[in-house]
Amino acid sequence: MTTARLQLTGISKRFAATAALADVSLELLAGEIHALVGENGAGKSTLVKVIAGVHQPDAGEIRLDGELITVPNPAAARERGIAVVHQEPRLFPDLSVAENIFLIAPPTDRFHTISWGEMRRRAAELFEQLDVRIDVAAPVRGLSMADQQLIEIAKALAIEARVLILDEPTASLSSHEVERLFTIVRRTSERGVAVLFVSHRLDEVFELCDRATVFRDGRYVTTAPTSELTTASLVRFMVGREVSLFPKEATTVGAPILEVRNLSDASGFRDVSFTVRAGEILGLAGLVGAGRTEIARVLFGIEPRTAGEVLLDGRPVEFRSPSEALRAGVAYVPEDRHQDGLVLDFSITNNITLPILGRLFPRLFLRARTEVEVATQFSERLRVRMTGVDQAVKALSGGNQQKVVIAKWLAARPRVLILDEPTRGVDIGAKVEVHRIVSELAASGLAIIMISSDLPEVLAMSDRILVLHEGRISEEIPRADATEERVMFAATGQRVQAPAGTGASSVH
Amino acid sequence: MTASSQSPARPAVRLGALARWETLLVILLVGLIAAGARMSPFFISGGNFANLTSSVMEIAIMALPMTLVIIMADIDLSVESMVGLAGAVLGTLVVAGVPLPLAIPVVLAVGALGGLLNGLLVTRAGLPSLVVTLGTLALFRGLANVLLGPTVISVWPDWFTSFGFGTIDGSPIPFTLVVFLVLVVVFWAVAHATWIGRQVFAIGKNAAASRYSGVRVNSMRNWMFVITGMIASLAGIILVARFSSARNDNGTGMTLTVVTVVLLGGVDINGGKGSIPGVVLAVFVLALLQNILRLAGVSSEFQGIAVGLLLVFSVIVPQLARQTRGAVDRARRSRRPPAGPIASGEVTA
Repeated sequence: MTTARLQLTGISKRFAATAALADVSLELLAGEIHALVGENGAGKSTLVKVIAGVHQPDAGEIRLDGELITVPNPAAARERGIAVVHQEPRLFPDLSVAENIFLIAPPTDRFHTISWGEMRRRAAELFEQLDVRIDVAAPVRGLSMADQQLIEIAKALAIEARVLILDEPTASLSSHEVERLFTIVRRTSERGVAVLFVSHRLDEVFELCDRATVFRDGRYVTTAPTSELTTASLVRFMVGREVSLFPKEATTVGAPILEVRNLSDASGFRDVSFTVRAGEILGLAGLVGAGRTEIARVLFGIEPRTAGEVLLDGRPVEFRSPSEALRAGVAYVPEDRHQDGLVLDFSITNNITLPILGRLFPRLFLRARTEVEVATQFSERLRVRMTGVDQAVKALSGGNQQKVVIAKWLAARPRVLILDEPTRGVDIGAKVEVHRIVSELAASGLAIIMISSDLPEVLAMSDRILVLHEGRISEEIPRADATEERVMFAATGQRVQAPAGTGASSVH
Repeated sequence: MTASSQSPARPAVRLGALARWETLLVILLVGLIAAGARMSPFFISGGNFANLTSSVMEIAIMALPMTLVIIMADIDLSVESMVGLAGAVLGTLVVAGVPLPLAIPVVLAVGALGGLLNGLLVTRAGLPSLVVTLGTLALFRGLANVLLGPTVISVWPDWFTSFGFGTIDGSPIPFTLVVFLVLVVVFWAVAHATWIGRQVFAIGKNAAASRYSGVRVNSMRNWMFVITGMIASLAGIILVARFSSARNDNGTGMTLTVVTVVLLGGVDINGGKGSIPGVVLAVFVLALLQNILRLAGVSSEFQGIAVGLLLVFSVIVPQLARQTRGAVDRARRSRRPPAGPIASGEVTA
């Protein structure tokens, strides 16, 4: 067996009283793509920061090609050929692509001035190797997230990286951008680079990676070739117990609650029609930018519509603000929890009662006991893990924060609940719980619209799936006929040759 | 993870009880009273109390709505010009023969309208309140200039002027202080005991999340500007009564003092934090400080410097406190690891 490209042994790292990493080991081989998986708080990002020189380990050793090294700071990591691509690309928006790539060590001529022509030529060469067309003289500002990530990878190639770490690189990419990224990552690993791929998305782990290492609660659990793993076994390693992924309950679908007819907005979507019934979960699938969130924003009164009508219980409605939508019984769990979903400095109680203050206290004056009762009732129903309802929501984990957002809307007793990426950035255990909650809500008679980029989630949770492509409905797929391929085809604007009689939707 | 985020919070809470901003202000107040009593035998007297309180009542009254405006992460710089415009409108109406009891509601309506203009420009046109009210600061003052020109209107009914500087019979309590105290009770209740106040704080902390939670953010901001404008015109009326004169430059420079009092009262200039009791304490700190400087024979120019320093002080101190707390936490964290191996043995066992 050859020496590992990067060998971490017995790494420990403590923050105050918490052991973020306890005696973990990891081995990366040259030319391999290695997945690092685990729930939030499992220690993945701490390990990445140790390798990248951001954190110093309290114990353990790091070997690069057999040589014992220390990584005192990020610059040292770079010098040793360790490159990190972060979830959010960290580029200088006003500098050109080429300048960003050669920021640290620009090619110079004999007068020690920067040789711009040489810089651009070498940058273009790098992208040629990646088989990517990009204008290296253009400023980074305005490039897509996907392109910016490719620049980060090009930066890694420029320093002739021996180890490339990708930290949740696909979180904000659409699926064809993900495909392109994977192609490039494969090409990079073929050049002998050891790639560490940190991800939440298990399907990507199986598609891209040769081996996977699982961490749980800061400890090493196992390493195995992905060919010997299944989603179920991987999840079991991650959470340490058996979980059934999506506990969707059977529901009795009732009367139509929300009808949308030929709805359009200024730019996001056109001529969209659908109906959601009581007890039904309607999945909204599509690529990022297909118009899914825009539909939700119009239904919730945040943006105005330009054409079409919306009927709630058969009556036409037009909301000019979220407060009007709420009063009519439409609630929206926004995509960005921190920005739009919660007042982070407020307690769980104050967040949960915020939408219903007027209803709880018609005579203006607050009563602490009433508020605590309501908050306790709903946070316990959703099993929010907390020290008490007076805890600030910023101290909660992502999954528990999401439960507080949902609890907030349950307290408002809506008829229609719109969920926008309800499990993004939430660990698997909490994800399962969110699914259980959503499923229970549908069973209790709510009409639910669920926007999600997580295909397995959409397939498992939805009674029907509406696929959007460039602002239009490209297909409506009933639960029984839904497959990942079919949704993906529709999302990219193509259609699977469906067996006669199925799939042809009547809503157009 | 939870342990690391909680352990720094615990000492902060313990410190917080001791070092609450309001406690600091009370200590400051006591110190000022002690200093004043030592400086002059007249300091602790009913007459001086009436004098020192009534001299800041316009500022005190305006500081109440300004507190809510700043908690909502807005600001209203135009209040001092509304004071001038209110006096100008009042003077013009009275000169034209309109009886005062009729003119006063008209002036209050003008104040509300001016506030509405601020509010609409901020919420409908989506402009920053700092810029909008900087504009109306000039606009309202300009209107006052147009209405009055260089004329000074100084003929007022006795009942009106004695309301301005008189005290309740047989006590050192100015009538204006009564007005202020009534407003304090109202604003205190609204800010800290009603859901309107809760929404005000929510907007200041996160306007987007508040809107998504059904809070009518723009309508609330709009109303707050209307109320601020109206209270500023009330302050304008009081100022005319106190000096028995309506001039086009009434109230010039007051905005700075109002904002100083609010920030000294512990309100966060970035919004989301603050309290009415804190601002009330700050009002009296300011009144005492001005009074003591005057007793010490410090010229009004230098008193201006004192207000400026107070403003800087009240912004810097909380900032320093935050930084110190952060540094203490960091030091505490970095001191932990040496004890780590033993502790880790226990934890992992």
